[in-house]
Amino acid sequence: MAEAHAAPAAQLAAHRDDQASKMGMWLFLFTEILLFGGLFLLYASYRAKYPQAFHAGGQALDLVLGATNTVILITSSLTVALSITALRRGQTVRCLWLLAFTVACAATFMLNKGIEWGAKFHHGLIPGSEHMARLPQGQSIFYGLYFAMTGLHGLHVVIGASVLLWVMLLIRRSKITGDDYAVLENAGLYWHIVDMVWIYLFPLFYLIA
Amino acid sequence: MEHTAQDPHERPFFAPSGKGGLASWIFSTDHKRIGLLYLGLIMLMFSVAVVLGLLLRLKLMTPGNTLLTPQQYNAIFTLHGVIMVFMVVIPSIPASFGNIFLPLHIGANDVSFPRLNNFSWWLYVTGLVLALVSIFTGNGPPDTGWTFYVPFSEHTTTNVSIAVIAVFVLGFSSILTGLNFITTVHRLRTPGMTWRKLPLFVWSLYATGWIQVLATPILGITALLIFSERVLHLGLFDPGRGGDPLLYQHLFWIYSHPAVYIMILPAMGVISEIIPVFSRKPVFGYNMIAFSSLAIAFAGSLVWAHHMFTSGMSDNAVLLFSFLTFVVAIPSAIKVFNWLSTMYKGSISLDPPLLFSLGFILMFSIGGLTGLVLGSAGTDIHVHDTYFVVAHFHYVIFGGTGLGMFAAMHYWFPKVFGRMYDHTRAFWSFWIILLGMNVLYFPMFVMGLQGMPRRYYDYLPQYAPLQMVSTWGSWILAVGLILMFHNLYRGCRYGPVATKNPWGGATLEWTLPTPLPAEAFYGDPVAPEPYDYKGVNPDG
Repeated sequence: MAEAHAAPAAQLAAHRDDQASKMGMWLFLFTEILLFGGLFLLYASYRAKYPQAFHAGGQALDLVLGATNTVILITSSLTVALSITALRRGQTVRCLWLLAFTVACAATFMLNKGIEWGAKFHHGLIPGSEHMARLPQGQSIFYGLYFAMTGLHGLHVVIGASVLLWVMLLIRRSKITGDDYAVLENAGLYWHIVDMVWIYLFPLFYLIA
Repeated sequence: MEHTAQDPHERPFFAPSGKGGLASWIFSTDHKRIGLLYLGLIMLMFSVAVVLGLLLRLKLMTPGNTLLTPQQYNAIFTLHGVIMVFMVVIPSIPASFGNIFLPLHIGANDVSFPRLNNFSWWLYVTGLVLALVSIFTGNGPPDTGWTFYVPFSEHTTTNVSIAVIAVFVLGFSSILTGLNFITTVHRLRTPGMTWRKLPLFVWSLYATGWIQVLATPILGITALLIFSERVLHLGLFDPGRGGDPLLYQHLFWIYSHPAVYIMILPAMGVISEIIPVFSRKPVFGYNMIAFSSLAIAFAGSLVWAHHMFTSGMSDNAVLLFSFLTFVVAIPSAIKVFNWLSTMYKGSISLDPPLLFSLGFILMFSIGGLTGLVLGSAGTDIHVHDTYFVVAHFHYVIFGGTGLGMFAAMHYWFPKVFGRMYDHTRAFWSFWIILLGMNVLYFPMFVMGLQGMPRRYYDYLPQYAPLQMVSTWGSWILAVGLILMFHNLYRGCRYGPVATKNPWGGATLEWTLPTPLPAEAFYGDPVAPEPYDYKGVNPDG
C-alpha cells in the first residue's frame, strides 16, 4: 500500500480523513475476499476430486438465468461508478437515480436467484433433503457448494443494496455531498466486490461444464 | 495557557466530564476508555477460564470417576479453551494496551476510526453474550473441544451452533481492531515519525493487524460452515456424502495457526519495549526485531498443516509443512537473541515489569523449543495429541502471552491509573506465578512423552504421581495470580501517586501527564528516538 499524503487541513479540522476511510474499506474488502476464499478452496478441492459430477452439475444449472444475472450485476457496477462522478459534479438528482437503478438491479438479481433456487427446490434439491442425500457423492457436494456460495453471495447482494439505500438517504439529507463523498465511494467499492465475486462464481458453476 | 480542571489536556481520561456515568464508558469513542473496557472484560473472562482450568486439574488429580461426569469434563475443557483462546488471549494485549498506547506511541490523539473501535468492543460483548447463551440453553454447553472438529461437531446435540456464531462475531471484532490499527499506523503518525522510528510495540501490533485482517475471515467462513452443516445439512464435510473432514481441519488451522501469532506477537512487542527501558540501553537490532515481526506474520501463515501430521495427508505435505515450521523458528529466535543482547552490559534494574519480561523469555524459549519437537514430522508422531502438546502451548501462550500481558500491566499501570503498586508484592507474585506455571505444566511434558493423551477423562495409574504434582502446581499458580491481582487492585485504589515517567521510558506516552489525560497531545508532538535514553531518567 503506497504511503498516502497527509489529509488536507479542511478534513483534519472536521476529524475527517478520506484516505484513511478508503484504506480501511480496502482492508475490509480483503477480508471479504478471504471469507469467500475459504469456499473457493473447498470448491477447488472437490472439483479436482469429482470432475465428472461437477461437469454434470454445471450442465443442470440454468445458463440463461446465470448469464442474465451477470449482465445485471456488471451494469449495476457501472451505474454505481457513474453515480460517484455525478455527485462530484454536483448532479445530485442524477446520482440518486443512478443509485436507484443499481438497487433495482440488485432486486432483479435476487428475483432471478429466487426463481433459480425455486426451480432447484422443485426438483427436490433442498439442502438436507432425502433427495440430496441420495445423489451420487460428488453431485451432492456440488449442490451443497452451489447453495453455500450463491447463498453467501446473495446475502452480500442484500447487504450491499441495503447500504446503497442508506447512502441514498444520506445524500438526500445532504450528509454526503460533492465535497464529502467518501461514504458513497466506499459503498461503491463494496458493491464492486459483490460484483467481482459473482464474476468468479458464474464461470465456476455455470460455464465450466 | 491557563488550565482548568476541565481542560481535557489535564483531566484524567477516566474522570467524568459533564454527565459521566455508564454511557460515557460503553459508548465512548476514546481509545483509552475502550482499552480499559476491554481490559476489564478480558480479565473477567480470564478469571472464569482460570476457575474452569482449576476444576479440570482438580478432577485430574485422581484417576477414576471423581468430581465431574465425563460429559461435564468434556464441556469444561471445551469452555476453558474457547474462552481462553477467543475471548482472552486473542484480544488480550492488542485490544487493551494496544488500544491505549498504539495511538500515543505514534503521536496521535486516537485511532483512525474511533466509532468503529467502540463497535468492535460491542461485537466483543455480543460474542461473550452469545457464548453465555450457548452454555445455558439448549442441550448444554459444547463438548467438542475449542477446535470444533467435524464430524463430531456436526452431530453432537450440545449447543455448538450458537457457540460457532459467537466465534464468528468475536472474529469480526478482532478483524475490525486489526483494520483500525493498520490504518492508524499508516495515517496518523506524527510528522517525523518515520517507519524506523516506530516503537517496536507498534511494529508488532502492525504485523498482528495484518494477520487479524488476512487470517480471521477464514475462521469466519469455517464457523459459518459448521453452522450451516448443522442447520442446513449441506454435507460438505460428511464422508458419507463425498465430503472430506480433512478439509475442515485445513480451513480451521489456516486461521488458527496464524492466530497463535496474533496471540504472541503483541506480547513480543511489549517485551521489546520493556527490556531496553530497564537496561538503560538502546534496543539491540531494532531493524531485525521490527522485520522479524513481519517475517513471523508471513511465515506463520504457511505452517498450518503441522497440526495435521497424523491426519493421513500426503507425506510430501507433511515434509513441506515440517520444513516451513522450522523456518518460523528463525525470526522468533532472532527476537530472543536481540533481547538478550540488549541486556548485555546494560544497567539493569530488576523492577517488576522486567521480571515478568524475563519470565516471558524463559517460558517462551521452553515452549518454543518444544514446539520444534512437535514441528518435526518424525517426533510429532510420538507426541501428537498427548500432554506434550498441552504443555507446549501452555508454556507459549500462558508463559509467553500471559506473562507478556502481566508485564504490560506492571509497566503501564502507573501511566494508566496514576498510582503505583507495591513492588515487593509484585516481586513475590511473579516468583509464585512462575513456580506455579512450571510445577503445573512441566510434568505434562513428561507425561506426554510417556504417552498420556490429552483431553482424556481418566488415566492409567502410572500417571497418577505426575498428575497429582501438576494439580499442586495449579494451586500455586492460583495463589500467585490472586496475589498479583490483589496487589494491582490495591495499587490502583490506594497506591502512592505515580510520577510522570517512573521507569524512564523514551517513547511518547511518558511525555504525557500521569494519569493519561483525556486529550493527549497539543498539535503534533515531535517524534522522539524511542530507545535513546540520553537525558531521559526515571523520575520516581
